[in-house]
Amino acid sequence: MKAKIIITPKKAVLDPQGKVVENTLIHMGYQGVTGVHVGKYVEIDLAPGTDRETAKATLNEAAHKFLSNPVIEDYRLEIE
Amino acid sequence: MHFAVLQFPASNCDQDCVHAIRVLGHTADLVWHKEASLGNSDAVIVPGGFSYGDYLRCGAIARFSPVMQAVSEFAARGGLVLGICNGFQILCEAGLLPGALIRNRDLQFHCEQVFLKTGNRETPFTRQIPPAKLLRIPIAHGDGCYFADEQTLEQLQTGGQILWQYCDDAGELTDNSNPNGSLLNIAGICNASRNVAGLMPHPDRASETILGSDDGRWIFESMLHALAPGGP
Repeated sequence: MKAKIIITPKKAVLDPQGKVVENTLIHMGYQGVTGVHVGKYVEIDLAPGTDRETAKATLNEAAHKFLSNPVIEDYRLEIE
Repeated sequence: MHFAVLQFPASNCDQDCVHAIRVLGHTADLVWHKEASLGNSDAVIVPGGFSYGDYLRCGAIARFSPVMQAVSEFAARGGLVLGICNGFQILCEAGLLPGALIRNRDLQFHCEQVFLKTGNRETPFTRQIPPAKLLRIPIAHGDGCYFADEQTLEQLQTGGQILWQYCDDAGELTDNSNPNGSLLNIAGICNASRNVAGLMPHPDRASETILGSDDGRWIFESMLHALAPGGP
């Protein structure tokens, strides 16, 4: 079992990395790019048989307290 | 007075802070991050560096060190805590100061002298700074862009919590004098009860004339004045 946490900068937060990547994509000729946001990806291995709902609650707490900073970042949690 | 200077893996300004306090004729000891007590310290400095290699986010891991629990309790009792550079980032991550420090807007590491305008002289960190004095202090950071939501910024302004702002040599808060894109040119703030402060510039690297500037002393002198018997 794996948990995947995708962390992105909040829309209101300056994202200079995203802007530079966006500009470069446009410069390279990729059409239709209207925004790029560079974030982080965290993959967590879970013990087999872990209860999905419990894992979700626990990891939501961990993501809120530690893996992301709610002042500047949003996150999305997926368990598979 | 006796200062506790925290030491995390990859702190690198810890010795500078100890030296700066000793130069002022006071005592300071390093406190390893695994310690659960600050001993009999009168004040705490969270120094600069790259605690835990800046993994995940600057300061995100250091804030869970045992010593930070002691710092939180010390701050809750009204103790003076100053975070410098990475120390500022750690205090924000710990929730002891509002907002967050993000990557500099130009993605460059900045290592240079800046000028700081003091916004509020009625705090234990600023009271000894002479009126109208601009502080010339170095910065050295890659993640020093101060961010907070609008509501928090408003609270900082109305509460007199913006202690230092980047300015030019005439004291103007210009965009050119803002090295990292910080909102409102913020270089340093304090909490609502004014006993916890953090700033990105390094007063510890500007505490002796041999270093090119001793303007940083005013910040430590202010803390010492606040701690002195009969002080405010």
